[in-house]
Amino acid sequence: MVPAVFAVATAPDAGFDAIPMDEDNHPPSLEDLDARLRKARGKAHPANAAEGDDVPVGGWGSAMRVGLELVSGLAVGVGIGWLLDEWLGTRPWLMVVFFFLGAGAGMLNVYRSVSNLGYGVGYGGARSGDDTGDAEKEKEDDKP
Amino acid sequence: MAKPLEQFEIKTLVDIPLGGLDASFTNASAFMVISVAAVTLFLTVGMRRRALVPGRWQSMAELSYQFVAHLVRENVGTEGRRYFPFIFTLFMFILFSNMIGLIPYAFTVTSHIIVTFALALVVFLGVTLIAIIKHRLRFFSFFMPPGVPLYMAPLLVPIEIISYLARPVTLSLRLFANMMAGHTMLKVFAGFIVVLGLGGIAPIAVIVLLYGLEVIVAVLQAYVFTILTCLYLHDALHLH
Repeated sequence: MVPAVFAVATAPDAGFDAIPMDEDNHPPSLEDLDARLRKARGKAHPANAAEGDDVPVGGWGSAMRVGLELVSGLAVGVGIGWLLDEWLGTRPWLMVVFFFLGAGAGMLNVYRSVSNLGYGVGYGGARSGDDTGDAEKEKEDDKP
Repeated sequence: MAKPLEQFEIKTLVDIPLGGLDASFTNASAFMVISVAAVTLFLTVGMRRRALVPGRWQSMAELSYQFVAHLVRENVGTEGRRYFPFIFTLFMFILFSNMIGLIPYAFTVTSHIIVTFALALVVFLGVTLIAIIKHRLRFFSFFMPPGVPLYMAPLLVPIEIISYLARPVTLSLRLFANMMAGHTMLKVFAGFIVVLGLGGIAPIAVIVLLYGLEVIVAVLQAYVFTILTCLYLHDALHLH
């Protein structure tokens, strides 16, 4: 866990790499600052980097995350089933159905978080942006 | 020996009955106010001089600003800039709540599920609203994974919806469980010190280590909450 934290703390930052520390005492000139500002502004339009920037967790952390995902999916499923049962008076059938759906959702969330598909609903997290865009377009074309 | 869960007790400081509702000002409210005040003080006093070459406080304020700005830029993209003030506020509030909770005798606001769930719910509802406003009805195609045969939809769509609804639950539970478990553990080991008498040196050593771990957890959980908010926001803006 600790190395991950330090990796975060010392992540290369846009503006801090070029700041001179105490080795020379005169403040940086305004032209220098201007150049650095322009460089930083150039960096302000990167390609979206959702991948690779995952939450840094150690073994214990990811184990806890997996357990949490599994249980919360199940809990939400059962909760929805219970509420629907209360509303429709079909106790206990919807709760049974949603128990299994919730278990499925929990396992799906675990699968997503373990295989780094991202946290999103759908499987698009693993694809590139253009790919899913085409898929969505195709789906829209399919609709009458 | 003090009970390990006593520290989470809500105590009413000022009783405010609001037409049947209990809107009392409690120790939890007090520590939320303290957190907000501390963040405000930290940032405004830190940035008061606005020196070209920052001093210590200005450096810290700029560092936290830049840290979150970097996070938003990397995980949401350029469109995420509009939501930066909210994400920065969220990060600073959680970080300061966690850190202030580590001061002895202080109350940890984030160790209550209702506080973290309220935060997560604001994020969840906000992100869902942004997605619906931006993509209108196409938002609901989010729940149908691309490339899946249509006859699988009755099974997959409810699972995807439940998986989506589980987001605020995991988001809030993660922060709450980490904070509560850590503080309970500290208190349990603190109880051993009194019981063991002279041999209490050993639990004191453990507590010093645990305390260091708790500082890491406090920062890490604020970071995790923020980065998950960023990822959800990215999902909402791009819908994959």
